[in-house]
Amino acid sequence: MKITLYVNGHEHARDVEPRLLLIHFIRDELGLTGSHWGCDTSNCGACVMWLDEVPVKSCTVLAVMADGRRVTTVEGLARGTRLDPVQQGFTACHGLQCGFCTPGMMMTARWLLDHNRAPTEADVREAISGQVCRCTGYENIVRSVLWAAEHEGDDA
Amino acid sequence: MTAAYGSHPRKEDARLIRGQGKFIDDITLPGMLHAAILRSSLAHARIIEVDATAALAHPKVTAVLTGDDMAARGLAWMPTLSGDVQAVLATDKVRFQGQELAFVVASDRYAARDALELISVDAEPLPPVIDVRMATSRNAPRVRDEEGFKGSDNRIFDWSAGDEAATEAAFARADVVVAADMTYPRIHPAPLETCGAIADYDPVEGRLTLWVTTQAPHAHRTIYATLTGLPEHKIRVISPDLGGGFGGKVPVYPGYLCAIVASMTTGRPVKWVEDRSENLMSTAFARDFHMHGEIAATSDGRIVGLRARVLADHGAFNAVAQPTKYPAGFFHIFTSSYDIPAAYCSITAVYTNKAPGGVAYSCSIRVAEAVYLVERLVDMLAGRLGLDPADLRSRNLIRPEQFPYTSATGWEYDSGDYPRALSLVLSLCDYDGLRREQAARRARGEYMGIGVSCFTEAVGAGPRKHMDILGLGMADGADLRVHPTGKAVLGVSVQTQGQGHETTFAQLVASELGLPVDDVEVVHGDTDRTPFGLGTYGSRSTPVSGAAAVVAARRVRERARVVAALMLEVSESDLEWLDGAWRVRGDYSAGVGIAEIALAAHSSLDLPSGVDGHLDASAVYNPPNLTFPFGAYVCVTDVDPATGSVVVRRFVAVDDCGIRINPMIVEGQIHRGLADGVGIALMQVIAFDAAGNCLSGSFMDYLLPTSLEVPAFELGATVTPSPHHPVGAKGIGESATVGSPAAVVNSVIDALAPFGVVHADMPLTPAVVWAAIQAASPPA
Repeated sequence: MKITLYVNGHEHARDVEPRLLLIHFIRDELGLTGSHWGCDTSNCGACVMWLDEVPVKSCTVLAVMADGRRVTTVEGLARGTRLDPVQQGFTACHGLQCGFCTPGMMMTARWLLDHNRAPTEADVREAISGQVCRCTGYENIVRSVLWAAEHEGDDA
Repeated sequence: MTAAYGSHPRKEDARLIRGQGKFIDDITLPGMLHAAILRSSLAHARIIEVDATAALAHPKVTAVLTGDDMAARGLAWMPTLSGDVQAVLATDKVRFQGQELAFVVASDRYAARDALELISVDAEPLPPVIDVRMATSRNAPRVRDEEGFKGSDNRIFDWSAGDEAATEAAFARADVVVAADMTYPRIHPAPLETCGAIADYDPVEGRLTLWVTTQAPHAHRTIYATLTGLPEHKIRVISPDLGGGFGGKVPVYPGYLCAIVASMTTGRPVKWVEDRSENLMSTAFARDFHMHGEIAATSDGRIVGLRARVLADHGAFNAVAQPTKYPAGFFHIFTSSYDIPAAYCSITAVYTNKAPGGVAYSCSIRVAEAVYLVERLVDMLAGRLGLDPADLRSRNLIRPEQFPYTSATGWEYDSGDYPRALSLVLSLCDYDGLRREQAARRARGEYMGIGVSCFTEAVGAGPRKHMDILGLGMADGADLRVHPTGKAVLGVSVQTQGQGHETTFAQLVASELGLPVDDVEVVHGDTDRTPFGLGTYGSRSTPVSGAAAVVAARRVRERARVVAALMLEVSESDLEWLDGAWRVRGDYSAGVGIAEIALAAHSSLDLPSGVDGHLDASAVYNPPNLTFPFGAYVCVTDVDPATGSVVVRRFVAVDDCGIRINPMIVEGQIHRGLADGVGIALMQVIAFDAAGNCLSGSFMDYLLPTSLEVPAFELGATVTPSPHHPVGAKGIGESATVGSPAAVVNSVIDALAPFGVVHADMPLTPAVVWAAIQAASPPA
């Protein structure tokens, strides 16, 4: 099937198998390997990216379902060379270790902060509860997102 | 402590927060093919035929490897890390559900999967051995009966440690003996990235490049050389960014070897990456220890003896990862933090029709099982004696003046101050206040638990004379080069899976040489660019490889001294290393730093005979002993007796890992292990039905803790340096995974004390907790 996706602001037209998963389209067809695949069953969230304005687990979305829609991945998080506050927060607060879950976590964190400028710790834990991190015990991810909330607009 | 130590931001973050990390599945080579593995649906069956004809006819399929194809190359079997053999692709029988049967190579990953369904397998089902307690019975089916197999039943080994007679005598004299059966269930480390490999064989040069998810690239290279017959210097193993490992990426898995053979067969690069079900069903289980423990004490709470009898389920092949001399790992450190004069343990390991593995899932090789056993027994003993569990612990901890301490089973602990760690955690959590709160809640019919655990870890293997894996001594190398402009490159044999080696190791070198941390680049994970060593597991990176880096840096510093003396026109004996420079004694304003010296060392400066130019050094570090980090934890839970659900309210942890090079990274490691404690104690188990079907083959069934099950952690620290490590550091990567499950279980059982519950096996799921309450007496 012929599809056109708008990924991180760029148009990509491809002819794909109907069964192709969005995560594989993004990774294998477009070479954007920042989003990861971790479980097949939409439990781990390593594959979280935005479909239009909403975070989705792209291992359970077909690429053809994204036809004509906007997709935002971790590669689209920074504005040029300027890191998003979420990215800065993850570094400042040691919110990542192996870094495999990190892109998905950051995409969810960005969505949260877009909808809640001053989240509580409980808000952050709720927002990322559909995603698994095996390294941080979540503690520093929570701190990272709260750090980002405090520093939103610092360098705008 | 130097300026280079401290919570320096991680160098590796820059690429990872931009989605620019390079994990195995992120790598694509020109002309690369994709592979998938056909796995057995049966736990035990005799193979009649594997027919790949239809799969080979698939237009996108390039090759199919079966057991017969591998046998033709002498590669149907491969050695395990325990000196057993494991089938690469099954030829005679399948021995566990998920075992590798055929390897399909196609032009894309979807086609490779499609073709698996075109392979027909004709097999005759056999009765499986699933219940570990039945494995040694006379009528048990034989798991291993292949040609050349030397055993006569399902028994792998019987091993023991300690003085059996002295322990028997101690138990005979004791006032109180508490005994219990407990299982540390089969679990899986489940790193978020599964395992995989890309093999690229160049027939012209006779060179193999293998990108592979391994924590031990050099050991892997040696194994591939031995197996394939390719000369070792023609094999390059690259371990890219790893999405976690936790012990699961130590072994060589069949898929890696199949990828190598497939690349040699097709002449193209071949990628194989397992899916999550394959990961959970076929690789790297941990624990599965079925223990009978006994603890003996005087009536006033002095522990006088400890005994354990263990049945260990090793699955279909003995692939346990531990030093050759210790088939049960370091389980015999089970006296742990307590001064117990007599101890004896015996371990019997058996084959069953389950996946092989037995990796150290963040537990330094069976120390997790040991700590769990003794910490549960101490709590039970406290209950029997009517003593507070923290009080009973403090009465029996090894005292600071006893170090170096030799345990009843022969371990020599390097350093520790256990009472200080315990008293700190009790004060941080306000233990007395928690007990008062508990009493008030119990009066209201609320079930709050307070769990205490102490632990002693044993990490940083070797020394090499006692410890090897497949004959490779457990020592590690470091190569350090200082460029003319004073920028340094350190090559290490260990491989980070998220522990931040690129940062911590740079800090070690920067500290020794007075360089900015950013001026030290750490190279790892590429056997062509790093010195030999055994890799990262058992929390051995800082204790062994970190020590090698420090020794190499100090050698560079000594070489720099010769050059500095020439530059300053003084004798070497007049120089003193101070504040990151060689300075003239008595005139500290005169001095030269490493960067200036490096330029001179590469210049035309006339060096004395016997002194080489340039500024580099290498070292191989053979640790004189393990390091023994320790800690004390308190976990507070709330249990709903109506549903059996457990909420972990607080987790307070005091860890002592000696000198902390990067405290931020150390605390991150502890957080991870505390979350493991919640997961292992409450959620995680790899379960089987009676037919050997794996019931935990996805994250829908193998439950991992999320941000909602895990509380905010409260950490404290004490610092007792290791006396033998060059900078006094100890390993930390696995401490919390070792120490925390017992704190959670002790807490839940404490919450259930009013019901008379004294024990329940992990994982303490709502169903298990509810059943334990029902089986015990109702509240008084």
